[in-house]
Amino acid sequence: MTVTELVSYEDALAAYDPVMGLEVHVELGTKTKMFCGCSTALGAEPNTQTCPTCLGLPGSLPVVNATGVESAIKIGLALNCEIAEWCRFARKNYFYPDMPKNFQTSQYDEPIAFNGYLDVDVDGEVFRVEIERAHMEEDTGKSTHVGGATGRIHGAQHSLLDYNRAGIPLIEIVTKPIVGAGAKAPEVAKAYVTELRELIKSLGVSDARMEMGQMRCDVNLSLRPQGADKFGTRSETKNVNSLRSVERAVRFEIQRHAAVLGDGGTIIQETRHFHEEDGSTTSGRVKEEAEDYRYFPEPDLVPVAPARTWVEELRGGLPELPRVRRNRLREEWGLSRHEMQSVLNAGAIELITATIDEGAPADQARKWWMGELARRANEDGVELTALPITPAQVARVCALVKEGSLNDKLARQTIEGVLAGEGGPDEVVAARGLKVVSDEGALGTAVDEAIAANAAIADKIRGGKVAAAGALVGAVMKATRGQADAARVRELILEKLGVEG
Amino acid sequence: MTDLTRLTAAEIAARIASGEVTAVEVTEAHLARIEAVDEKVHAFLHVDREGALAQARAVDEKRERGAELGPLAGVPLALKDIFTTEGIPTTVGSKILEGWIPPYDATVTKRLRDADVIVLGKTNMDEFAMGSSTENSAFGPTGNPWDLTRVPGGSGGGSSASLASFQAPLAIGTDTGGSIRQPAAVTGTVGVKPTYGGVSRYGMVAFSSSLDQGGPCARTVLDAALLHAVIAGHDPMDSTSIDEPVPDVVEAARNGSVRGMRIGVVKEFAGEGYQAGVMQRFNETVELLRELGAEIEEISCPSFDKALAAYYLIAPSECSSNLARFDAMRYGLRVGDDGTKSAEEVTALTRAEGFGAEVKRRIMLGTYALSSGYYDAYYGSAQKVRTLIKRDFENAFGRVDVLISPTTPTTAFPIGERADDPMAMYLADLCTIPTNLAGNAAMSLPCGLAPEDGLPVGLQIIAPAMADDRLYKVGAAVEAALTEKWGHPLLEEAPSL
Repeated sequence: MTVTELVSYEDALAAYDPVMGLEVHVELGTKTKMFCGCSTALGAEPNTQTCPTCLGLPGSLPVVNATGVESAIKIGLALNCEIAEWCRFARKNYFYPDMPKNFQTSQYDEPIAFNGYLDVDVDGEVFRVEIERAHMEEDTGKSTHVGGATGRIHGAQHSLLDYNRAGIPLIEIVTKPIVGAGAKAPEVAKAYVTELRELIKSLGVSDARMEMGQMRCDVNLSLRPQGADKFGTRSETKNVNSLRSVERAVRFEIQRHAAVLGDGGTIIQETRHFHEEDGSTTSGRVKEEAEDYRYFPEPDLVPVAPARTWVEELRGGLPELPRVRRNRLREEWGLSRHEMQSVLNAGAIELITATIDEGAPADQARKWWMGELARRANEDGVELTALPITPAQVARVCALVKEGSLNDKLARQTIEGVLAGEGGPDEVVAARGLKVVSDEGALGTAVDEAIAANAAIADKIRGGKVAAAGALVGAVMKATRGQADAARVRELILEKLGVEG
Repeated sequence: MTDLTRLTAAEIAARIASGEVTAVEVTEAHLARIEAVDEKVHAFLHVDREGALAQARAVDEKRERGAELGPLAGVPLALKDIFTTEGIPTTVGSKILEGWIPPYDATVTKRLRDADVIVLGKTNMDEFAMGSSTENSAFGPTGNPWDLTRVPGGSGGGSSASLASFQAPLAIGTDTGGSIRQPAAVTGTVGVKPTYGGVSRYGMVAFSSSLDQGGPCARTVLDAALLHAVIAGHDPMDSTSIDEPVPDVVEAARNGSVRGMRIGVVKEFAGEGYQAGVMQRFNETVELLRELGAEIEEISCPSFDKALAAYYLIAPSECSSNLARFDAMRYGLRVGDDGTKSAEEVTALTRAEGFGAEVKRRIMLGTYALSSGYYDAYYGSAQKVRTLIKRDFENAFGRVDVLISPTTPTTAFPIGERADDPMAMYLADLCTIPTNLAGNAAMSLPCGLAPEDGLPVGLQIIAPAMADDRLYKVGAAVEAALTEKWGHPLLEEAPSL
């Protein structure tokens, strides 16, 4: 289906009410896999981080990673969930070559955490997303299909299997149906995944880097006619792997569903692929018959029964959660909700906080990270954190401005030098000779020269047109190659011409 | 000179320790015996001559150095081909694993090696331990040394036959529904299914995870106890392994006695389908126990009647999942890999060719039983029966110390007789299955020959979980009294091959 056949977003929302369900998989940052002692480090040669257990060799057995369980409980607690007193793993049976045992060790009807919620901020308002469950499972291996045009299995000549990822601990977090978001559904979806990512990172249980596949999102969406109670048939868009894509996928599916329904058609329950290039989705495999995973309790593992005292200990040890912290910082920094939202979206909270911790004033720290540096990151197509400059260096630049050694323009040049790899702020200032000219004698001479050269303007100023001083300031700044403190130059000009500022 | 293959494991270990014989001499004697008779018996799928001799030489060197030797150092053993052995083929009796060389040792294998027990080779078995006759092996049946035209029991028929034909004094088996005890019964040997979780399952190719249990096989109760002590104990690689001290089975085997013990006779294990000679020998043994000072009581376990049905839902269900990994992608047989077929097709062709009929039957049964819409009626109901059986055992063990029954309803049946009749085959495990479902411990030991066919009859002793020592205490007492009555161990009456 092409974009032109879609119903406009506004028309879709006028007729239908969207209902979403989001399933997010998070790869835990444990040192070892969920059921064996193999390393989880990324980037190793294929199949070098494997053992009999994660290769599913005959006779091998799983043993639960206690840190994995602890991480799952922390996530559950942070999502305001109840934590099971007793729960089991279950086998999800289906054949696929990248799954070594041809069953995935997961949880079925006894998840470790259930019945929670996560509050997210959308346009300055709080939206509560209800959490159905968070459960533990293992990742599969990775298939690379070679020889086809699309990289998908269809048309491929052969496939390569890497089991390094097989058995890496995953937490799957499933929302209850998200209703009531209306036209804001795409933003709610994005805000939820963003908030969840922040939460996971703050707990220290995963880096949650979506571009590395450490956090993956499946988007379920259905439409029901405005005013109807019954949910419509849903589509499941798999592996939507960036925050922006989550928003786009929801938006696209709303428009597509509306188009199909509007034509009197029916939505097929199917999985769909998301395309980053144009934000569209296309049909994946249509399930000819309902998939039967033949779940049953995993007999190779004993039940998980976290002691209540331990759970309470973990609850007590939770860090200040991102949204609470953000609200605190917002007040400390004196920002509006909208401004804070931009800071969050830019991924700048930690950087600004660290810059403030290094001694910079809050407004200055925010100005640099959200201004010049955000622009550069955007230009280079990288995350802010990936820029080759540290919060300490930004704080140093702020300090140099404050003490009057740099003006705004010079500070910008200093930052540029740091980003160009010329060293720290002090080194750049020294090497580029960026010091503000503060020698009163030299400045006085420059001002005198400027007055002499622009007699007409000087007369205007003397005559009370103080605004004209800007032209003289410009002349002095030009003469000093920008290294003068513009404010001081202005003062000197007015002083010399005997005018009150 | 003594025939070293006729000695018990305890005797062999003592002679090696004293320097009377070397481990190499013992190993060579057994290898020679294998060479001489195994063509007829077919107990072994793989004999590791070089490995066994190298291990024996190491034991002898250790002794010469004056290092301390374990209680079974230098004693040869036949290992059921279901335990992984690093560098040595492990087939589980299936074509689907033919040619697979495991890169790791099972915990049991490792413990045997650490104890300097000499692993002679790998023994034949019903494919994936599914069967009661060893006829389901992809590599041909094993003969019962008492009558080579009859089955040696199953699934561990290779292990029991190797003991009964004096090819090894010790063997390891696995028992999911009776695969240690039923072969022991029909070959006149001793076999123990320890408490579930007593012996690590790591490296034991899974059939039915919640039922499978490795255990010792031997010709005497004491030998079984010595082997039990070597392989049992907590293993961090197996989550279901029990982290508690192993009951002192060797001490119990050395001090057999039933005086003052309360022994229950399972009422349900008698009647139709039970061979007259089997019941005769069993009833004589009950009388013997009474004479030895035990209090005998008849105990009813009403849910045992449903055990077989529950077993044939639970075991196939778990097996359908456990055997899914044999998909030709990583190891073992690979059929149809000509570059034109999809992975799915290669997997299907491989499984069609690699699995035997009984394995396929159980995979299909299990897949069906776990299917959406049938789960509650089949798998769910079976789990409820399992709970009822546990309750029956709890009630029984509230009144008696151990339960006894015949191990199997009949003596060894002729090869081929039940091969086409799965139900008749399944009945061979009627008396052994409840113990697997409940997870407690049981032993089979010889209690005579059935008058009508001259074949061995097994006595089953059942103890509560983690009371495995009671099996040995009772077993040793019965063994001593019967040996005295017969004037020699029962196996001396077996044909010499």
